[in-house]
Amino acid sequence: MSYDKFTILRSTAVPLPIENVDTDQIIPARFLKATERKGFGDNLFRDWRYNGDDSPKQDFVLNNKIYTGKILVGGKNFGCGSSREHAAWAIYDYGFRCVVSSFFADIFRNNCLNVGILPVQVSDAFLDKIFKAIEKDANALLEVSLPAQTITILATGEQEGFDINGYKKDNLTNGYDDIDFLQAIKNDIQQFAGSRPF
Amino acid sequence: MSQSPSTLFEKVWNAHVVRHIADGPDVLFIDRHFIHEVTSPVAFLGLEQRGLQVMYPQRTFATADHNTPTINQDQPVKDPLSANQLKALENNAHKYGISHWGLNNPKNGIVHVVGPENGITLPGMTIVCGDSHTSTHGAFGAIAFGIGTSEVEMVLSSQCIMQPRAKKMRIKVDGQLGKAVTPKDVILYIISQLTAAGATGYFVEYAGSVFENMSMEGRMTVCNMSIEMGARGGMVAPDETTYNYIKGRDKAPKGEAWDKAMAYWKTLKTDEGARFDKEYHFNAADIEPMITFGTNPGMGIGISQHIPTTQETGAGKASYDKSLNYMGFHEEEAMLGKKVDYVFIGSCTNGRIEDFRAFASIVKGRKKADTVTAWIVPGSHIVEQQIREEGIYDILTEAGFQLRQPGCSACLAMNDDKIPAGKYAVSTSNRNFEGRQGPGARTLLASPLVAAAAAVTGVVTDPRTLL
Repeated sequence: MSYDKFTILRSTAVPLPIENVDTDQIIPARFLKATERKGFGDNLFRDWRYNGDDSPKQDFVLNNKIYTGKILVGGKNFGCGSSREHAAWAIYDYGFRCVVSSFFADIFRNNCLNVGILPVQVSDAFLDKIFKAIEKDANALLEVSLPAQTITILATGEQEGFDINGYKKDNLTNGYDDIDFLQAIKNDIQQFAGSRPF
Repeated sequence: MSQSPSTLFEKVWNAHVVRHIADGPDVLFIDRHFIHEVTSPVAFLGLEQRGLQVMYPQRTFATADHNTPTINQDQPVKDPLSANQLKALENNAHKYGISHWGLNNPKNGIVHVVGPENGITLPGMTIVCGDSHTSTHGAFGAIAFGIGTSEVEMVLSSQCIMQPRAKKMRIKVDGQLGKAVTPKDVILYIISQLTAAGATGYFVEYAGSVFENMSMEGRMTVCNMSIEMGARGGMVAPDETTYNYIKGRDKAPKGEAWDKAMAYWKTLKTDEGARFDKEYHFNAADIEPMITFGTNPGMGIGISQHIPTTQETGAGKASYDKSLNYMGFHEEEAMLGKKVDYVFIGSCTNGRIEDFRAFASIVKGRKKADTVTAWIVPGSHIVEQQIREEGIYDILTEAGFQLRQPGCSACLAMNDDKIPAGKYAVSTSNRNFEGRQGPGARTLLASPLVAAAAAVTGVVTDPRTLL
């Protein structure tokens, strides 16, 4: 499935300063019953966002209209737990293009990169600065530059670099995915498969 | 070939690299691919949209497990969305020539139970599935890990995925395990020491006498929960225990192929002097029967201990408070004696025959507590059959328990097996996340022995007092 190319994103951000946000919170298992990839954003953080009677929980950040934007900022070990790519789909479908945290779970990070979300890992100290900047001003702008591999709090100019491998960076910049790459080297794969004992 | 000493992980990984991309991931060939009804439909849809075929259908195995009911499986599945996913799995498997063990097939069961018990999982393989508990198969000395749906589509269309190489960790546990301390307690203990993120970025090798002396079922329980400390996967080097388990199973190699395989499998161990990026060493005697008190699997303590304070754990205060608040617990409370409403034994973590033997060892001659609702869910039809053949079924029935039919069940509550909001469940599954077992459900992860002790007493009880 194609996704938006990613270069430079300047946006306000939605803060979620909770550690160990697991993918069961991002999208509970009972919403995984679709056979198509659509509508998952409606159930993003379902049980933190809505009461049992589907009324919105007023104290949850996605129900607070002052926080908007394409960047989600989460506490450390974001995306742990289940491998469900639906978690990344829900975040993308809701409108986020970038998730910032001081630590990501591996499978979630991979899933993000595969669906066109940029995971930006920053230091604990910088994450704290971002939370403070948003707390001070909900309209605080962040700028995420994929070419420069930097994230900047525009109000203060504070900046930090982040890691991404060159291959994935190229994919996100151009909107390619791994399947395109793998199709292009199919002859190599076929040859390799012939050598496998099982 | 490099002469420098290698770890088990490096040996298996290197044998599967089709291509290395500079400043990027490795293209890794996948020997075995398991699929189920929840994370595969969108991958098949993707194949269709791109006009691609399944490259090696004989390397993929489909089983229905995640959303299946655990009663009345002979009747049509009532939930239309679940029925639709099951149908999609069946249709896709049929269309592309993939083996399919659907509901009522005698081979059906939880994907991570049926793979090993049918000899599909073998040492030295790369194994993936759109499910994070694929790490289970590492118990055989395979590299096995969970993947997302985009990667399921990659494996279907090219039998490869693109993965950065993980860092290497070794966890050694030596010594003698105490009374009523099971493999589940060992892994809950390790996770409590490393935290829920302590092994993120690593592939773990479990070593030391405790794992050497452990059964395959036990090793599977341990490797299964590797993901709960963030690890990509866990492995145990294959040995006589492994070979004895595999030999004679349905799809295991036979005759000359067996001898050839054995010659290779015997090379699958970490060389003397091989380097790990991180090593831990624990003493078996320090481990007691474990139970979790919070909302991630790292929040576990010995069953006789008290809930730690925020300061003692080093966790962020807001997150820790949120967790205890959800559970309805307070710092410094004892876990023993806490009321239990539900008991769930099953899942890819503890749904194998050994787990039901352990459960029965405590239940035998006792009665289920009236206040407890118990769900006893075998991991597969083959396990169910064993339960009946070994007389465990009779023990359970006499004690007032009912045996259900195989599936993932209350582990993730995608079917009707949901713990009601606010209720406490002692579960042998793998995750105690908020709402994991149903919206508002409160999960205490533990071993089959602790689950049995709770089931007959109605409260959190030390199983050592009942054995």
